[in-house]
Amino acid sequence: MRKWLLIFVLWLPLVAVAGEAKPLAQDPVLEQRMISLSEDLRCLVCQNESLAGSRADLAQDLRQEIREQMRAGKSDEEVIAYLTQRYGDFVLYKPPVKPLTWLLWFGPFALLIGAIGGLYAYIKRRGNRLADESLSEEEKKRVATLLGSNGNES
Amino acid sequence: MIPELGHFALILALLLALTQSILPLAGAARNAPAWMAVARPAAQAQFLFVAIAFGCLAYSFLVNDFSVLNVAQHSFSRLPPIYRFTATWGSHEGSLLLWTFILALWTLAVTLFSRHLPDDMVARVIGVMGLVSCGFLLFMLTTSNPFIRLLPAALDGSDLNPMLQDPGMVVHPPILYMGYVGFSIAFAFAIAALISGKLDASWARWSRPWTTAAWVFMTLGIMMGSWWAYYELGWGGWWFWDPTENASLMPWLVGTALIHSLAVTEKRGSFKAWTVFLAIAAFSLSLLGTFLVRSGVLSSVHSFATDPARGLFILGFLAVVIGGSLLLFAFRASQVGLGGRFALVSRESFLMANNILLLTATASVLLGTLYPLFLDALGLGKISVGAPYFNAVFVPLVTPLLFLIGIGPLARWKQANVPELARRLKWGFAASVVVALLLPLTLGAWKPMVSLGYLLALWIVITVAIGVQARLRTGAGWSANFYGMHLAHFGVAVTVIGITMVSAYETERNVRMNEGDTATLQGYTFLFKGTKNLDGPNYKAARGTLEVSRDGKPVTILYPEKRTYSASGMPFTESAIDYGLTRDLYAALGEPLDGGAWSVRLFHKPFVVWIWIGAVLMALGGLLAITDRRYRIASRKKGTEA
Amino acid sequence: MKRFLIPLAIFLVLVGFLGVGLRLDPHEVPSPLIGKLAPDFNLPLLSDASRHFSPAEMRGKVWLLNVWASWCTSCRQEHETLLELARRGVVPIYGMDYKDQPADAQGVLNQAGNPYVETVMDIDGRVGINFGVYGVPETYVIDKSGMIRYKLTGPLTPENLEGKILPLLKELQK
Repeated sequence: MRKWLLIFVLWLPLVAVAGEAKPLAQDPVLEQRMISLSEDLRCLVCQNESLAGSRADLAQDLRQEIREQMRAGKSDEEVIAYLTQRYGDFVLYKPPVKPLTWLLWFGPFALLIGAIGGLYAYIKRRGNRLADESLSEEEKKRVATLLGSNGNES
Repeated sequence: MIPELGHFALILALLLALTQSILPLAGAARNAPAWMAVARPAAQAQFLFVAIAFGCLAYSFLVNDFSVLNVAQHSFSRLPPIYRFTATWGSHEGSLLLWTFILALWTLAVTLFSRHLPDDMVARVIGVMGLVSCGFLLFMLTTSNPFIRLLPAALDGSDLNPMLQDPGMVVHPPILYMGYVGFSIAFAFAIAALISGKLDASWARWSRPWTTAAWVFMTLGIMMGSWWAYYELGWGGWWFWDPTENASLMPWLVGTALIHSLAVTEKRGSFKAWTVFLAIAAFSLSLLGTFLVRSGVLSSVHSFATDPARGLFILGFLAVVIGGSLLLFAFRASQVGLGGRFALVSRESFLMANNILLLTATASVLLGTLYPLFLDALGLGKISVGAPYFNAVFVPLVTPLLFLIGIGPLARWKQANVPELARRLKWGFAASVVVALLLPLTLGAWKPMVSLGYLLALWIVITVAIGVQARLRTGAGWSANFYGMHLAHFGVAVTVIGITMVSAYETERNVRMNEGDTATLQGYTFLFKGTKNLDGPNYKAARGTLEVSRDGKPVTILYPEKRTYSASGMPFTESAIDYGLTRDLYAALGEPLDGGAWSVRLFHKPFVVWIWIGAVLMALGGLLAITDRRYRIASRKKGTEA
Repeated sequence: MKRFLIPLAIFLVLVGFLGVGLRLDPHEVPSPLIGKLAPDFNLPLLSDASRHFSPAEMRGKVWLLNVWASWCTSCRQEHETLLELARRGVVPIYGMDYKDQPADAQGVLNQAGNPYVETVMDIDGRVGINFGVYGVPETYVIDKSGMIRYKLTGPLTPENLEGKILPLLKELQK
């Protein structure tokens, strides 16, 4: 116990002299909201980075713009509308759901359901086909006789 | 001299590849043993010359021969020797040469480990691989020659992209290529089977170890790419759904479906046409990936510098190889035969469900990656498809798949005993549900996705234990295949836990730090001791020091750096990571601020290494499965007969 | 069996798309402002900071707005073409100096020539954002009613001038 107290006391001056690091952002809560939104937005300059991570000038300008809009009370949808009015849907990493993108959003699930249905039908049909191809009663009797007579050898 | 030697070696390799394909394939068709026998020596000679070419290029890089254009564009005299070597494949031309070298290497392996196969099959397999080699060699010699000279020679090079100056560059591309290219063997076996019309359980047994080996390399390659992105890119992401990443994920998903389908074909003789199709599809996706990255049709961090002529060549090559195989498939698949009968609920149908889910997942990744291109080509505008889409679609598709891992291995072949399955699994399921619901509460907030992740992971672990225990009880003895399968499935569970934990519980702080400032994150205290300037071999850096402690006890010291590379002037962040089994501490320097302060990003990422540990376990499982006796019996038998 | 032809059919469609894709540029971002009124602004002139310019002044006339900067190397590539176009007197060209310093901008114009009727200063880039500028140089064709009819991203070249812009200008100026 005394050891911990000693260590704590020795650390105290160090902590007291130096500061607790301040968050880089002016308003961490707003910043978090801005980052969350910009993570799903595409940087137009470094097109393989999100608006949140890109260090391009335009990205910094747009992040600042988003901060100001959020501070002014705009909702996420309004901020997104602001950007798409100027840059089009290209800036959205999450494609909007509209008739042009129905195939994109619903295609995989439609494919899944179709495939499962197809598999079900296939297994049933296959079972029937193999049943037809399997031995008739006659042939089964012949097999039994043949195997029976050779049954003593291995 | 050396570059010219390399160039000449490539030309010879092309001639040998032509010989390797034309004579054996014709020989198999005409049943001419002499022609078929050309396959092995031609392939081995081709390997020799491709190796010489590769060696010549590597040599040019190592000795800083800036009269070679490729070296001048992608290297630098003060680049450390290991990176001068890896720069050999740091460009479009060089990576193609690596591709060709690895293809020749796999072909060599086939020539050495195929004594037990029928001659016409060997001839066809090696012949088909030879055709692929021809394509790549021709591509290099006509549009992408790595040995072009730059005269007068440059005084120094433009440097390798700083992001590639890293140990990851040494291993990630070669291992990934081993996977991409390895699927060409399954492809060649499939084509051989279609041409000959011989497709039976022994075909599956022969092609299975090669396919699994390629899959193992692919798994490791993707895992390394993910880990490399994590520590190199400065914000600790591990998967971005970037087109090139998707290009590697797709063949992996189909490859996974293929190894499961092969299991059925080998055991029961069923799914033959489907397995052949998957083998064609897996390699086709490898080739498609090559096209997407080098043609400029998609924008990606990985893209090589592009040129329409190159894109056109690869597209033509794709059309011929894949189109030809699919045409062959269309005509011959119906003759392949049906195989055994199975019920609606059986191990076969569970594996089929596995395949459907994997293929649908692949289709969704392909759709998402190419959709912007589709719309643009039709003049319907430009959209972007990124992580939000892929996560929304991929996760629901993979969830039932993970659930099936628990049931499939325990189901009987031909007809599953549903009541018995239910009896064996109900307690495991109940336990998984209870723990999954309760565990997040101990970590703080309850999040439904976290519970789902735990449920699936626990379910897999419990069912693996049930399977292993059942086998031990029967006293059936060692089976590499059996234990390999369970090890790989267990690896999946480990990865799921890693993904679940880091996605739900990672925390970050973005702070401004002066010397002597501290920041706390998740109980850890980070004390910033300022930065020191230092000189690296080809860069200048500001190295920060962060002393990390917890409850007053020192934990580690992190040294994040901000580098500026001499040749290009490019600034670069080198993050510092303290790895741990239960958490990673991740620090990156941002920008220098006024007054000597720095912006610093600190991350606490719980269980993130489990993502990659799980992948390694998957690969080990696959490796174990390959060592199974059944793949060696045939050769032993032949040996004793001879 | 016909169903075995399905993979081939799907593949051929894919190849078709990829072939078309080779001729497209995945980096180019089309503007959603085409066919819409040019965003209004009131920016100071480079030549005289006390005077301002706004698009409303150009109603009834067809004109070009060229976004450029002194730090932009591609802008130098198009400078000759712009000068040539200005000399031909086909259409008035206004420049918008984006995120730049007046002294640097003036320096470039003094040295390389001035094709612009006037240049406005968009120092903080706000107006640029309203126009959807993402990479200089960019050129907008604006018609008599103030609508943006065409946007060119990248340097103006004789090819796209003759091929796209001049025919469009002829149409609009009728």
